[in-house]
Amino acid sequence: MIGTSAGGVTTVQALLRELHGKLSLPLLIVQHLPADARVNPALIFGSFTHATVLEAYDKVAVELNHVYFAPPSYHLLIERDFTLSLTQDEPVHFSRPSIDVLFESAARAYGSELCGVLLTGANQDGAAGLKAISDLGGYTMVQDPRDAEVGTMPQAALSLFTPNFTGTVKELSRQLLNVANGGAV
Amino acid sequence: MTIINPVERHLFFEGILMKYGYDFRQYAEASLDRRLVNLMIKYRTQTLLDVLKLIMDDPEQFRAVLGLLTINTTEFFRDPSFFRTLRESVLPLLQTYPKINIWSAGCSTGEEVVSLAILLKEEGLDKRATIYATDVSPQALKTAKEGIYENSCIAHFNRNYALAGGTRSPSEYYSAEYGLVRFSPSLFSNVVFSEHNLVTDSVFIEAHLILCRNVLIYFTRELQDRVFTLFSRSLVHKGVLGIGSKESIRFSRAAPFFSTLHHEDRFYQFNARAEIGPGSFLGAVQ
Repeated sequence: MIGTSAGGVTTVQALLRELHGKLSLPLLIVQHLPADARVNPALIFGSFTHATVLEAYDKVAVELNHVYFAPPSYHLLIERDFTLSLTQDEPVHFSRPSIDVLFESAARAYGSELCGVLLTGANQDGAAGLKAISDLGGYTMVQDPRDAEVGTMPQAALSLFTPNFTGTVKELSRQLLNVANGGAV
Repeated sequence: MTIINPVERHLFFEGILMKYGYDFRQYAEASLDRRLVNLMIKYRTQTLLDVLKLIMDDPEQFRAVLGLLTINTTEFFRDPSFFRTLRESVLPLLQTYPKINIWSAGCSTGEEVVSLAILLKEEGLDKRATIYATDVSPQALKTAKEGIYENSCIAHFNRNYALAGGTRSPSEYYSAEYGLVRFSPSLFSNVVFSEHNLVTDSVFIEAHLILCRNVLIYFTRELQDRVFTLFSRSLVHKGVLGIGSKESIRFSRAAPFFSTLHHEDRFYQFNARAEIGPGSFLGAVQ
């Protein structure tokens, strides 16, 4: 699970490039965008990864080697049977999609078999969700606020609790692969 | 983070079903759990059973809880391209009927009804058409019936009206006073508002067009199947169904009975004469 906001596009591109060909686990990404943004994540991110990049759609099962992005103006959640759900519940931290909403649902579904990553961003969304992942035994990582284009979001998480790992995008991707290969994800 | 105890969730929904007849047992769980946690925070209780106690003998309190368990997110001309396609490609198909029944299923607070009524008026179908606007939430329906909204919605209304292909002055349709806008009562002269629960209620009209947008995403696939079946039984042959932009009929057992009119905007046409094999779902429910 990855959450990001301001400055997130290039950061996620960099992260995907580091993981290219090395990570087969499914990735779910919430990137804050304006509600009426018309984006095709496959065009923006597809060339940075070997995996299939797509906008998440409702009630499909999560698959290996797939990267799912939350569509603008919908919350993305994951059910206990590992299918995706979209909703238009109230925005959280003025955000829909909200990182907290994805992270909390993923924590319930995956428990300790989950890694949450919070990247650059300009608001508080994601901190509580990342802590939820941590509370339920998952592995949590935060981009070093000094490495982030906007440090507010990672800093909010660091102020709330101590994640397992903090570092630059390069260090995060290396650690993500370590954890994934060590079977902790 | 609060985790909903599955036993409590089960008892909570069984209690609501027995007492008030609303069935949440097949709602998609992840987002519903979030709303249940919010309920416990609002009522400052430790368990869901405490919330259940509060609403058992208090219908007023139950209505408030019902409002919090259902989603009322909607807007005027939501996804304007949907309404543009409705105007340009779907309404012409309905021109041939002497009388047109339209079902706005899950109409929430009425923004979709206003949008639809405007299109019908502009396309000259308003005298022949009846809009049946239904929702599970009496509170949402009350707002829908009044046709009065906060002033702040107007900029959005104007913008989406134009994006949806509207060419008149949008202010023809409303008057503003005291920070509120009231939509012209003439828009509502052919609208019938009614409570209807897609989970438990059955067919009530023969429809030429059904709009049900961003309702199905809250349901499990099994429940989605039930609703698609309900729509199939409500639609006339060649009737049209429009659903939300992230919803799909593809996974439903009803899929063989619908052909795609417009993929991007999710319009489907019902074909009552599709090949029906033994054990088909239409046969099973009739």
